[in-house]
Formats: sequence, C-alpha cells, structure tokens
Amino acid sequence: MLDDKDRIFTNLYGLGDWRLRGAQSRGAWDNTKGLIEKGKDWVIEEMKASGLRGRGGAGFPTGLKWSFMPKPDPARPSYLVVNADESEPGTCKDREIMRNDPHLLIEGCMIASFAMGAHACYIYVRGEYIQERERLQAAVDECYAANLVGRNNVNGWPFDIYVHHGAGAYICGEETALLESLEGKKGMPRLKPPFPANMGLYGCPTTVNNVESIAVAPTILRRGAGWFAGFGAKNNTGTKLFCVSGHVNTPCNVEEVMSLPFRELIERHCGGIRGGWDNLLAVIPGGSSVPCVPAHEIIDAAMDFDTLRGLKSGLGTAAVIVLDKSTDIVRAITRISYFYKHESCGQCTPCREGTGWMWRVLTRMCEGRAQKREIDMLLEVSTQIEGHTICALGDAAAWPVQGLIRHFRHEIEKRIDDYAANPHSESVLPYGVAAE
Amino acid sequence: MTKIIVDGKEVDVPAEYTLLQACEEAGAEIPRFCFHERLSIAGNCRMCLVELKGAPKPIASCAWSVKDCRPGPNGEPPSVVTRSPTVRKARNGVMEFLLINHPLDCPICDQGGECDLQDQAMAFGVDTSRYAENKRAVEDKYIGPLVRTSMNRCIHCTRCVRFTAEVAGTGDMGAIGRGEDMEITTYLESAMGSELQGNVADLCPVGALLPKPYAFKARPWELAKTESIDVMDALGSAIRIDVRGREVMRILPRVNDDVNEEWISDKTRQVVDGLKRQRLDRPYLRRDGKLVPASWGEAFAAIAARVKATTPARIGAIAGDLASVEDMFALKALVGALGSQNLDCRQDGVKLDPAHGRASYLFNPTIAGIEQADAVLIIGSNPRREAPVLNARIRKRWRMGGLPVALIGEAADLTYDCQYLGAGPDTLADVAAGRGFGEILARAERPLILVGQGALARPDALAILAAAAKLGARGGWNGLAVLHTAASRVGGLDIGFTPAAGGPDAQAMAGAGALDVLFLLGADEIDVAPGAFVVYQGTHGDRGAHRADVILPGAAYTEKSGLYVNTEGRVQMADRANFPPGDAREDWAILRALSDTLGARLPFDSLGALRQALFAAHPHMARIDAIEPGPLSLPTTVGEMGKSGFVGAVQDFYLTNPIARASAVMAECSALAKGRLQQAAE
Repeated sequence: MLDDKDRIFTNLYGLGDWRLRGAQSRGAWDNTKGLIEKGKDWVIEEMKASGLRGRGGAGFPTGLKWSFMPKPDPARPSYLVVNADESEPGTCKDREIMRNDPHLLIEGCMIASFAMGAHACYIYVRGEYIQERERLQAAVDECYAANLVGRNNVNGWPFDIYVHHGAGAYICGEETALLESLEGKKGMPRLKPPFPANMGLYGCPTTVNNVESIAVAPTILRRGAGWFAGFGAKNNTGTKLFCVSGHVNTPCNVEEVMSLPFRELIERHCGGIRGGWDNLLAVIPGGSSVPCVPAHEIIDAAMDFDTLRGLKSGLGTAAVIVLDKSTDIVRAITRISYFYKHESCGQCTPCREGTGWMWRVLTRMCEGRAQKREIDMLLEVSTQIEGHTICALGDAAAWPVQGLIRHFRHEIEKRIDDYAANPHSESVLPYGVAAE
Repeated sequence: MTKIIVDGKEVDVPAEYTLLQACEEAGAEIPRFCFHERLSIAGNCRMCLVELKGAPKPIASCAWSVKDCRPGPNGEPPSVVTRSPTVRKARNGVMEFLLINHPLDCPICDQGGECDLQDQAMAFGVDTSRYAENKRAVEDKYIGPLVRTSMNRCIHCTRCVRFTAEVAGTGDMGAIGRGEDMEITTYLESAMGSELQGNVADLCPVGALLPKPYAFKARPWELAKTESIDVMDALGSAIRIDVRGREVMRILPRVNDDVNEEWISDKTRQVVDGLKRQRLDRPYLRRDGKLVPASWGEAFAAIAARVKATTPARIGAIAGDLASVEDMFALKALVGALGSQNLDCRQDGVKLDPAHGRASYLFNPTIAGIEQADAVLIIGSNPRREAPVLNARIRKRWRMGGLPVALIGEAADLTYDCQYLGAGPDTLADVAAGRGFGEILARAERPLILVGQGALARPDALAILAAAAKLGARGGWNGLAVLHTAASRVGGLDIGFTPAAGGPDAQAMAGAGALDVLFLLGADEIDVAPGAFVVYQGTHGDRGAHRADVILPGAAYTEKSGLYVNTEGRVQMADRANFPPGDAREDWAILRALSDTLGARLPFDSLGALRQALFAAHPHMARIDAIEPGPLSLPTTVGEMGKSGFVGAVQDFYLTNPIARASAVMAECSALAKGRLQQAAE
C-alpha cells in the first residue's frame, strides 16, 4: 500500500492545477539545476540503483539504457525521444501524465537528456491525443517562457524540446517505427541491429523512453534511489501506474507499489470484482498484447514483471483488463486479434499474413464453426509468427491467442461441439467481430 | 577478417559481411526473396532466418552483419546454424505464410519455371494447404507499357520499390495500405517514368511484375539462350538473347560488373518486336523510281555496272550505328580494293578522329571507374537518354555521397542532384578558366568530364574536346569521358573507318554531287542528297532503304557474330542467336560475294579468316573484354569555341535506330514519354 506522501504523480486525477505554478507547488522543477550539477554519472548511477525498469512494456532497466549512449560527438548529436504514442488497448496512464502532470515529464526530459548528452528532445504524441498534446505544448511553452528550458536556461544545460503529433497508428509506438515516423517516413519498424542508441533518429544516437519512465526520473533523483528501490520486490522496484479496466466495480488509474498482490489492488482501489471474486474469469494483466491469466492463478499473484512472467504472461504497461464470467473469452480474444491484424504494418511476412489468418480462424471458432484440430493448427500458426518478425507486433499478436488456447481450450472445444450438435443454427454472433 | 562458424565449419570473412554472405562463403545455401545484392537490405521476407548461438530467436541473416555477432562464452567464434530443426521450421512457417495468399495459378503464370517462390516452395513448402479461408484478391495495376502486373501474386518483397528509389532514381513505385491490405503500385497507377523500368520485372521474385510485351508468349524451358552484347547504345551491355525456333522471344541482362552490373535499359530489353517488323528479307532494285524485289545476282550486277561506270574517287561508304567491326573491316577492305578512301563511320558529323589518339574518343575513366570519380561535369549530353545504365552508375556514385555534378547543355532531370551551369561554350569557357564549378573541378583528384556527342558534332568540337581533356587531366587519371551513342562508333574509329586526311567526311559524301556511288552499311541517320547511286545494306525498311537504289538485306545484331567496341574502348564479342529472315545474309558474307562481282575479291572466305585478317591489322581487337590504353594527342591549335548552345544527340530515347523505330513497343513508350514532357512543360 502506497502512502500519499510517496506518490510521484500527485495530480494524476487532475484535481490540482496542471500549469507550471501548480506543478512547482507540488515539487516539480525544484532544484533541477542542483541535480544537473551533480553530473551525468551520478544521474545514471542513481537511476541504475533505483532499479527502475522501463514502463513501456518490455521492462528494460532504464539506467542501463541511458548508459548505452555513446560519448557526445559534435558531428552526430544525441537525441532523446519520448514515446507518448500510447496505443496499447487498455493502457491510459501516459495520457493522464500529459494532461495533469506535464511538467514532471518535461523536467524528466531535461534530466534524461542531460544524462545522455542530448540537447534536443522529441515527444511523439499519439495522433488521437488531442487535448494531451495541447496541454503538453502549453506546458512546454510555459517552460520556455520561464526559461526552464531553451538555449540559455536557468538550469545550465542547453536544451530544446519539441512536441510532435503522430497520425494515429499503433505501430508507431514501436520505437524504430516511431523514429521513422518522426523523420517523416512511413511508420515501419527498422531492422535491429543497429540499435537506436547507435543509429537512431536521423542516423544519430537516440534513446527512446516511455513517458512514465521519464516522468518518474526527477522525483527519484530528488528523493534518492534508495527511496524508490524501497518499494516492491527485488528487481521489480518502485511505484507504478496501474490502469484497471473491465469488470471491476470502479475502474481506475492508480499509482501503487510494484509487486502488490492482484487481490489487494482490486479490493483497495477498484471496489472489487463485479459480482464478487467467484465471478472472476481471467485477467489480461499488461495490456492487450500479453496472454490472459485465469482467475485462480492471478488472484494472489504479485503484480510485477517477474511474477507475471512466471505465469507465462507479463506486466507490460500494467493495463489490467479484468474479465468476469459474463465474458465470451473467445470473442474477446478474437477482437484483440482483429486489432493486431488491422494494425500490422505489412512489412514482414509472418505478421502481415499470419495476423489475418489467426483472426479469420478465431472468427469461425467463436461461433464454433471449426474443427478441433484447428485449435492446434492455430497454436502452431501463432508460434510461426512469434519471434520471426522484425518488431514485436508479431509477438503481441500471437500471445493473446496462445493464452486463450493454453487456458481456455475447453471453451473453444465446447463451442465447436455445440455447433456440431446443431450445425444449422443461426450464427452465434449477430454480426461479425470485425464490425464491432 | 573475422572467424565465424557456419554449421560447424569455420570460415574467415570480412567483418562487414552479412551472415547471409558468410553462410554462402561456407557453402550453406540461404533461401531469400527480398534480399538482392544491388539493393538496400529490407529484411522483410523473413525467409533467410538462421539460428545464431546465443540469440533468443532466429535472426534474418541478410540483415545481420558478422561484426554484430558476439563471440561464445570462452571466446570461440560466433556460431551460426542453417540446418537445425528450428531453422527449418521457421522457414517452413514463412513459406506457408507466403503461400496462403498466393494464387495457385502457376500453370498460367509466365514466371513459371523461373520463379523463386516456386523453386523454394519445392524445398520448404508442403503439398497441402492448411489455410481454409478465402485468399486475398488484389486489383491489378497499370504501371506502364512495359510491365504487366498480376498483384494477387505479390509477396511484398519491395524489391521493385527499392529499385526505382535507389537505382532508377525515379521513385515510381511504392506501397499503399498496411498490413495484409498493403499493395504495391505507382502513384495513382501512372506509368513509370524510368528508362530502366523493365528491370523490375527481372527483380520480381514471383510473377507479380512481368514483361508486358512477352506476356503469354513462351515458357522458359522452350528457349535457347545465347549470351551476347547489346547495340542499342554504346555501352555494350551484357545480354542474354532467348530464342524459340527462329524467333527472338526476349532479351535479358547478364551480369557484367564492369559495364552494366545487371541492369539493361528498356530499349535494350523491349526492342525485340522491332527485329520482326519492317525487315528487309530479299534484295531490291529501284526500277522506274520504285523498289522492286530482285535476286542477289541482279542486285550485284546493277551495283557492278554503276561502279564500273565511275572513278574510284567518286565511290564512298558510310557505316551506320549498329555495324560490327568485322562488317566495317570488310567494307573498308572492299572500298580500298576499289581504290577509294572515302569512308566514314560518323554519320552524325562528330569531329572525333583516330589521328588524335585513341584516348581522345574513349570514355577513359571507364564505366566502373565512375565510382572513383569525385566530381562530374557533363557537357552537351543527357546521359539518361544516351545511356541510361551509365546514368544509373553516376547515380550510384552520387548516392555514396560527396559527388558534385554539373551540367552544361540542355537542362534535364538526370535523377540525381545536378547543378545546371549553362547552355553552351561560354559556360564551358568559364569553368575551364577555373570560375564557379571550375573551382570544384580544380580541387577534385579524379574529375570526370563527360562529353556527349551533342558537343562534338559541331565545327568547334576540337576546342571543346581540348577544354574537356584539360579539365579532366590529372597524373595517372584521364578524366576525359566521351560518351558515344552508337555501338559501332569506337570500333569504326579503331579500324580507321574515316576519310583520308583532307577527304570528304560523311556529311560531304552525302551532299549533292559529291559521289556517284555511295554505299550505306546500315546508315539510317543521314540524309543522302539526290544524285548518287545509293547501295543500302541493312536490316530494316527505314530511312536508308527509302533512299536506296539497291537494297541488300543484312543481318541484325542478334543474327550474326560480331565484335563491338564500347564507349570505354572495351572489345566485346556478340554471338549469333538466330538466323536472318528470308534471303538476308550476314553482312560480311554479302560484302565478300559482292567483291567477287566487282572483280576485287576480298581475301577471306570465312568469318574466321576475316577475323584473322582483322586481328593482324588491329591486334587489340583480339583481346576480348580488355580495354587497350591509347595516347591522347590533340592538336595544339584547336580553334575558337562557338556561341550556340549544345543540343543533345538523343532527343527521343526510344527511337534512336532502325530496329527501335520498327518496334511498336518503343513507339508506345515514345508517345508516353512525349506526353509526359508536354505535361511537365504545362
């Protein structure tokens, strides 16, 4: 349980003033110059010691990522790019930060840029985020007006910050596709290696970080790595924004300690499961791309990277999607599958061809219009996509299907049996999944 | 060099090699669709997946370089496995994905028999499909008169997109839509604008892009393949002529890194139908102002009568742009035996002369040498029209970076950034004086001064040539690059098919009252004034034949073996792929037979004997594929440069020679290009 005094995002719900004055009263931009004067190495060491893992989904240690940046070279400037293309279904944490605490993000950009020797930072905002972009831009303008950022700012690190508005494509949240899009090209992921730390934006060293990873950095540095590392379990430290949606009584965004048991998260903040704990069917714990976890496995599990990986799922962006027993789980996963089919960029073969195949098979399966052997075929198709693509969208498309088959194969089989028993019945669905 | 283990076998390869190259070095074959040696790496087909020890998942070997591999835990070299079950499963999976939306129309697909997808499906595919859904249907696109599309078959390798963006430089093709709805097309289905567009059909690994004129004509296994040399421009691109029976079905590029890499121009490729139309297949005689069919004997007798009736000084010969060295050598010998020295192979009137040394008329830096150049000045030429493949080479060098290019002459879009300096000799004089672009040239270590025929077919040609030679001269580097437009030209200059000093040149010979008997060896680009008795020996009923009094039907370039010397001075041998139509004969044989009737029998009875004589007279002709270096000795007094602007030698790329003018495909391309020009002008 996180005390109010330990919250980083103290204006998460927008109850206070999001502008500079309000943010400063909550502690933002407090002695940023002092933090910068302690030097790059101190910042990076402190970030490493805090154990902060990237909040964008993969959970790569942030301090380590910053330390990968090469030494500054006048011919090849370094860049910080902030990934605010928050498009993962179920995830809605970054938008709250940009709407209600934008100054934490801007200050974080300043410090992170300083730590990796970057003088320019780009924030790539999701196309659908109109108000968020306006708020963020207004906050950036405030900072320029107050000379907190800019060429000769009061903090002593020449630094420019640009807010870039995307056009709304899920794939542009993939870090290299984001860079392509930022450069004005078609948002298609690049081949790695070379990694962005080596050849990123405009061919220069670039670090791409999630909004939350950057926004927590100033508070961590101010309050100390030890404070942050004091929360959560080993290797899964700190506080985290959870976005709980689905069949809970009061869905919410909440900042909590890592490794909090699922039951406690729901009981404390979400008013419990709709219809009680016995009504829980499954949980998708980290945004639509991670496999679902059935009720009995998740109820007492700690919500962190390693525990959920042990359950063959993942923390992802900590977008907890709760499904109760009224859910048609096959249809739910079919809808997710449609999303990935729709958002595949079409560059590489397995994802381009495989996502459509999986969606079409699933569409039949949720009516029961399929053969049982096709379940194994579907599983094999998902493994043929997983790990064979340029970016992680292929994995993200395969995992929900794998989770479905792993835990709810009986449900699909029952559907097929029902259909076979009455093959001329009307379609189970009044309309196709794609039309939803 | 870096050590790497491929399937247990250790090989030593350069660190910048990709794993795909390293595996090939080790003898392991890697299937691929999107990867192509001369295009950038896309890594999107995922067919070339291999297992790298220590990597969590299979990696695309085309996109992973050897230096990116980490050594093993004890410092042993990185290890790659190409034959493990994991790799096989990954490739089978990718193959299955490629096939689920690929139509089963191999029996009616022109790519059948030479299809990468078909071949690799034999190795990695299965004989049944697990895909029970409907296959994707994609509308076919119009992308021009040369490439036919069947977009259901597209596997989205993006080779065509990368080719037009990188090599051709026109960026004609692209992909619209995303995911499984991605479609390859041109902008609003407009025709491609490149002179190299036919190459996308070669690059396409499946049957999505196919040569339109060849559609449904033949199967690859029916064709006899002959390796030969192209004559549509002066590059001498390496080609393969595919023949069924007596008919040339298609022309494809061969790899020759020194000349054309593996591209050919659209004219080279699609001139095929011109070989069948308007052919001269029997001798003709002009009687009462009309050309009527005649026998060889009648034709020869008519010529003999006119030759006997005149004096040697009033006999002359002009060689055309497609003549082989042997033909010109035989004609020169015949005219010489008749006692005349009135010869010329420069029907366009350029002032290049073997007397100034071989280096004065060659593309001295060589075509491959373009890649070493560090500044390019183009004078009176539009290389995109005169030699599109060479233009792509300049573009390739330009894409490497740091290449300033400037143009004097007619302004043109050359597909790379080019500084337009001015229209004529005044600008050249400025540059030669070291002003403006001249400063850049002065700093360059290997400047390339490309001089087109447009700057040389004028009275002040020598002054221009001298200025260009001076600009390009460096110790150990001769930057004077004369770009010819005629395949026969360098060979003709080499064997001295030029008038004796002070004698009449081609223009003079064609003038009114200059000669009594004029022999045209495929010379169609020159107007012969009324008066002279014209013997036209050639292949097509084109301008020369219309003027002729006697027509002797000859063999086109696919129908005879012959030597051609390209613009850089490289001697290359073209081979015979099929036979001339009707009564038409190989040109040297016609000349040999005619020499008998004229009572000046040539001393060779076979092509072999002719070549012996040629090699004896010009030893460098025997060194096939080699470039004989030559001296550069321009006269010290070259006169003044004129005032008028340079006019390019090739105004219509598609219609430069009789074969191209007989081709319906070329006519369509030409009309399209004209329309585009008009549109651009509006």
